[in-house]
Amino acid sequence: MTYIADVSALARKDLLLELRAKETLPSMLVFVIATLTIFHFAVPHGTRHVAALGLLWVALLFTALLALTRAFVAEREERLFDALVLAPCDRSAIWLGKALAVLAFLVAAEVVALPAFAAFFSGIDAHTVAAVALADVGICAVGTLLGAMAVAGRARELLLPLLFLPLAVPIVVGGVGASAGAGGRYLLFLAFYDAVFGVLSWAAFEYVVAET
Amino acid sequence: MAAIRAPEQRLEATTMAAVARPIAQNRVAVLGLAAVGLLAAALALIFFYAPTDADQGFSQRIFYFHVPVALTAYVCFGWGAWKALRVLWKRDESADMQSYVAIHQGVVFGALTLLTGSIWAKASWGVWWSWSENQLVLFLVLFLFYCAYFMLRYSVEAGPSRANMCAVYALFGVVLIPVSFLAIRLSQKFIHPVVFTLHGPQMTGAQFLTFCVSLAAMLALFATLYAVELAGKRADADLRELRALLLQ
Repeated sequence: MTYIADVSALARKDLLLELRAKETLPSMLVFVIATLTIFHFAVPHGTRHVAALGLLWVALLFTALLALTRAFVAEREERLFDALVLAPCDRSAIWLGKALAVLAFLVAAEVVALPAFAAFFSGIDAHTVAAVALADVGICAVGTLLGAMAVAGRARELLLPLLFLPLAVPIVVGGVGASAGAGGRYLLFLAFYDAVFGVLSWAAFEYVVAET
Repeated sequence: MAAIRAPEQRLEATTMAAVARPIAQNRVAVLGLAAVGLLAAALALIFFYAPTDADQGFSQRIFYFHVPVALTAYVCFGWGAWKALRVLWKRDESADMQSYVAIHQGVVFGALTLLTGSIWAKASWGVWWSWSENQLVLFLVLFLFYCAYFMLRYSVEAGPSRANMCAVYALFGVVLIPVSFLAIRLSQKFIHPVVFTLHGPQMTGAQFLTFCVSLAAMLALFATLYAVELAGKRADADLRELRALLLQ
């Protein structure tokens, strides 16, 4: 029970910070709409529905990267990491709290992005929404762990996309497959990815923040 | 423990360790000779013994090179992940360097796989790159993944914290291999020639012998390169430590 309380306290801290500073979410919203606008001009008229759906996944992935790059910056710059690691809570709670906060930002951005996509390009079906929800979990789980690694490096903004994109290939495959109409199998694959990499990230986070 | 010893004792210990290392070079020489012998035998078997493929002709012989190189790359990544696990599990400090060297060799063999796969694709399908060839796409993803491993390693300052991060990332890689393979297989139709099936290898005896010798040659080559690079890295670390102690 204390674990859940720790996680919710840490997630609330991030949401509260965002509510006061309004740094991440507004830039995500502007970024995703700007990306969709660029895509409108990048693809020729009468492009197939499937190609447009592929672009939606690219836009969502890059928007998520924006949130993940920012995720641990406050912790590093204000030297909060040391305090968090010293806190009498399980270290994986730090990861889970942060992942939940990033997930909240991402879902908030998608609540705007998906209707915008439907208005700009073509409609989206229930499979796409389900795939986006499942992909969000995987993106936040893996991305939060890699974000904690990337902020320790010198080239942090540069490093995260390099670390994350190869791991995101299966998510894009599952997402595009599910929204292109093949449904079930791909949703199952996304759930499998979430389970495998979720557990792995949860278990590995302790080693990433430990000093020795 | 080293920090509380007197500098003279540390100097002596480091010098002794550096002097004792060349003894291990005998093993490198044996491995090197084995690798050269096996590679020569493999080349002889590939060009003079293995039968020419009825379907693909002479170009099929690159199979004996391409597939062992790819399997060796998997062995490198697996070995790197095993050493990474030891870093996290047993807190084995020397395993960090071993994991790095294994992954470095894996990237070299991975690049060779992409290159030979591309040549084979050109020879048999007339294109340099085929997105419908699952193994090649998987290697591209892995290649990008392990390139990021080096970026991570050179971006973070050396120390136990970096060893932990690199180990975690290396373990992610070994999980990514089957997951990506499944993903790529889901994403496209399967046209890669399937040589190994559940019913055993679909090869004649001569082909299988050539393949096994090639695989052994590649593995011996990996073992040699691994030992040489590890010895070099260790000598480098010893020298740095000696210099730091002498300049104190």
